[in-house]
Amino acid sequence: MTAIAPDDVRAAAPVRHRVPLSRITQVELRKMFDTRSGFWLLASIAITALVATLAVIVFAPNDELTYSTFVSAIGFPMAVLLPLVAILAVTSEWSQRSGLTTFTLIPHRYRIITAKAISSVIVGVVSVLLAFAIGALGNFLNAAATSATLVWDVSLTEGFYFVFGNVLGLLIGFMLGILIRASAGAVATYFVYSFVLPTIFLVLATNQSWFKDLQPWVDVTYAQGALFAFEGALTGEQWANIAVTGLFWMVIPLAIGLAFVTRAEVK
Amino acid sequence: MITVDGVTRKYGSFTAVDNVSFTAQAGRVTGFLGPNGAGKSTTMRVMVGLTRATSGTVTISGRHYVDLPNPGLDVGVLLDASAQHAGRTGREILTIAQLFMGLPRSRVDEMLEVVSLTPTEASRRVGNYSLGMRQRLGIATALIGDPEVLILDEPANGLDPAGIRWMRDLLRGYADRGGTVLLSSHLLHEIEVIADDIVMIGNGRIVSQGSKTELLHAAGTVVRATDIHELQRALGELGIAATLSEDGALGADADPPLVGKLALEAGIALTELRTADAGLEDLFLQLTADSQREGTPT
Repeated sequence: MTAIAPDDVRAAAPVRHRVPLSRITQVELRKMFDTRSGFWLLASIAITALVATLAVIVFAPNDELTYSTFVSAIGFPMAVLLPLVAILAVTSEWSQRSGLTTFTLIPHRYRIITAKAISSVIVGVVSVLLAFAIGALGNFLNAAATSATLVWDVSLTEGFYFVFGNVLGLLIGFMLGILIRASAGAVATYFVYSFVLPTIFLVLATNQSWFKDLQPWVDVTYAQGALFAFEGALTGEQWANIAVTGLFWMVIPLAIGLAFVTRAEVK
Repeated sequence: MITVDGVTRKYGSFTAVDNVSFTAQAGRVTGFLGPNGAGKSTTMRVMVGLTRATSGTVTISGRHYVDLPNPGLDVGVLLDASAQHAGRTGREILTIAQLFMGLPRSRVDEMLEVVSLTPTEASRRVGNYSLGMRQRLGIATALIGDPEVLILDEPANGLDPAGIRWMRDLLRGYADRGGTVLLSSHLLHEIEVIADDIVMIGNGRIVSQGSKTELLHAAGTVVRATDIHELQRALGELGIAATLSEDGALGADADPPLVGKLALEAGIALTELRTADAGLEDLFLQLTADSQREGTPT
């Protein structure tokens, strides 16, 4: 062995400061990009945004193309992918067992969880802003190529709703990651959450008249769907729907998950 | 210094770790020895807060692990070298540790050099690493913060003979400079060679602990003499049990200096005198077997 002795390279003893949350967040943000799977998952957000934009230009009827068409088209794959980003940011610590090191270096688990929440939201917000930018580019290109009228029909409020809706969707993924702590299980549950349940609720609402009025208070996807509608300001009742469904489908499961995460053994 | 004080960990009715107390002293290598499932890893996870103790406490240089503001600078931990994201490169894993601890970036290259991982190897993903390379990377992660205390679970696993020798020298050097080294192993020979103090655990309970010299003395002596039966009689008169083995050697229940002295007094010429060959191994098997026979924990 040609290894040199560690005493030749001893670091200057740094002063012991509590590791600041900002630093933990930076590292957690880095960890979302530094694996091949993480990198391509995030890259796929940009790629699907470009593909969606092109698809809109090619396939949608030209005279109906407005800015909101582009944002909606880009937003759909993004709304599916962002929760996956949040899920994997959390579950990889358990599924890949890297938590053994992470929770040893930062022994307060809620600090890691907080950092992961912040970094996931940062990725979410930046992605949605990217969606707005790519959508704007698509809108411009389409108008230039077809001499159709350029229509900017997303108000600032609607833009905020769109960001907020995506962040809420991402937090559902985050919650499932915390609650289930296994990549495959969390992803599967997420698809049940966002595709199977809404379908069941839709069938119920169509066939059972008693459920029709109840749906906005029960169906979290339906309630949050209002944020993606680009139909002006939400009513008080719509906000109440988002709050009530959010409490039952997000906040309570998250609280249960957090209680387990902070106590559970890391193996 | 690591002080383990009455640590118990129960899983339902199963007691994985049962009232374990010991101290790993600064400047010494403490070997934590036990068969698979004895509770070594659980005890080590309790030390760093990954597992909660049902009762009991662990302090590291007088402080609880969770109270350390930046634990990586005080305690180097390697619990499982395979517990890394397979998609990260070795260098990236070290960089994450370096960033968490707030160390200068140059530490990453220094540590790669210390554990002899080449730049090419460091830029490969850990999923393609051999167990030996993962151990080296894990040791680099443990050492990067230049801690005073090292907690290593089975660090020799997967290392080739040269690697084991390298790690032994590295840990010896660390302890000689005043560091505390606690390493677990089920490889008796490894512990016998490197450890100053030995803590033996079986079925969650400590079955024996002390300095290696003390424990080896307890293992007895192998002696050969020109008149072996006369020596056996002489030892027997002093109440020292001595059994004659098939190959003509005598296994005496006393340490070699005492047996030698008695042989001199009895006027018997010795042809061989040494600590019992498989010393620690016999002791280890005997002690852990005893702990298994005792049945329900007391």
